[in-house]
Amino acid sequence: MRRKFIRMRYTKWFNISRDGLSRNNPIVIAVLGICSALAVTNRVENAIAMGAAVTFVIIASSLITSSIRSFIPTRVRMITYMVIISSLVIVVQMFLQAYFPNIYSALGAYVGLIITNCIVMGRNEAFAVKNPMKFTFFDGFANGLGYTYILILIAAVREILAFGTILNYQVLPDAWEGWVVMAIAPGGFFVLGILIWIIRDLTNNYDEEVTA
Amino acid sequence: MPQPLEILIGSMLDHNIALAYILGMCPLIAISTSVRNAKGMGLAVIFVVTLTGIINYPIYLLLKRWNVEHLNLLVFIITIAATVQFLEMFIDKFFPKLYNAFGLFLPLITVNCVVLGVSLFFVNREYSFVETAAFSFGSGVGWLLAIVLLAGIREKMVNKSDVPKGLVGKGITFIVLGILALAFIGFTGLASIQ
Repeated sequence: MRRKFIRMRYTKWFNISRDGLSRNNPIVIAVLGICSALAVTNRVENAIAMGAAVTFVIIASSLITSSIRSFIPTRVRMITYMVIISSLVIVVQMFLQAYFPNIYSALGAYVGLIITNCIVMGRNEAFAVKNPMKFTFFDGFANGLGYTYILILIAAVREILAFGTILNYQVLPDAWEGWVVMAIAPGGFFVLGILIWIIRDLTNNYDEEVTA
Repeated sequence: MPQPLEILIGSMLDHNIALAYILGMCPLIAISTSVRNAKGMGLAVIFVVTLTGIINYPIYLLLKRWNVEHLNLLVFIITIAATVQFLEMFIDKFFPKLYNAFGLFLPLITVNCVVLGVSLFFVNREYSFVETAAFSFGSGVGWLLAIVLLAGIREKMVNKSDVPKGLVGKGITFIVLGILALAFIGFTGLASIQ
């Protein structure tokens, strides 16, 4: 059993999932795709919807890129990703509009901004264009999951402190005043900064200071 | 105050696109290590945002006329990529000095959320042409303001302050951004924007 686990640690599957979920987590370690991560996370339900949408776009776009990777000319690859990603985002947008109109209006323009989410572009450029489809699917899934759980974590902290609720279910007593600052932009910055601090200290994975 | 002027001032300070709407974070974090680079990137963003805002407005009207508004994302992003590509070649050819100042940042701008965000916001808020132009330019200036302020603080912070080990780099940048955003809330009520 133990030997089997040790052998598993050296497979590509294990490395891909560890990269996406913890060692190279797109938000906390690589700090990509922050715009949507902070702008929509004042409610947990928005965070779940955003996470699911981004995961779908990452997986689908990198699968498409991976399947046509030998036909994409190197010079125009960026614009190719752009076209693939924006077509997928239009699909997501129409789906949300039709089935979850409340969430769609809460997310607003940020659904469209998934196109410029650096994680999606980054996975296409760094992984999908060089790897076969089975690994690409798994990599997209790991990164999407890594993005989603951080989003839910941030949103849970902000929603509790700002409204005293989780998923609109009251968890703090009525006497809780609610910190307005947590519902707006500065709260998001503070929570993410502190989350990065905690995770880097726990995993001993420190950032090097870049001097100008 | 006339509406376009109000939008111009509001989008620079009160509803700053970086600090209130949290757009364009990737370059904001990555390039704010020196004031010089921050200025170059900020100028490039002003230029591109204003231009693409003005170009995307008539295109959106055209899409609306043909009843294919849902394709606006695809069309906007292609317009933006094409504009950036064209600008880069144009500036490189005719203004080499300007190219040295901010040309290097131009290719990065295609994936800057600010540019697409501005185009999507004017659609959502149903602005007129003049208002769109004011909003685009104001947002660009607001973003420049945010990145230069952040870069100034980070430059001073590098050697002189004692930051906890886990916060060094990205972490402390977010805390500083949070404080900056709080400071910008002080402008609330200066101009109403809708």
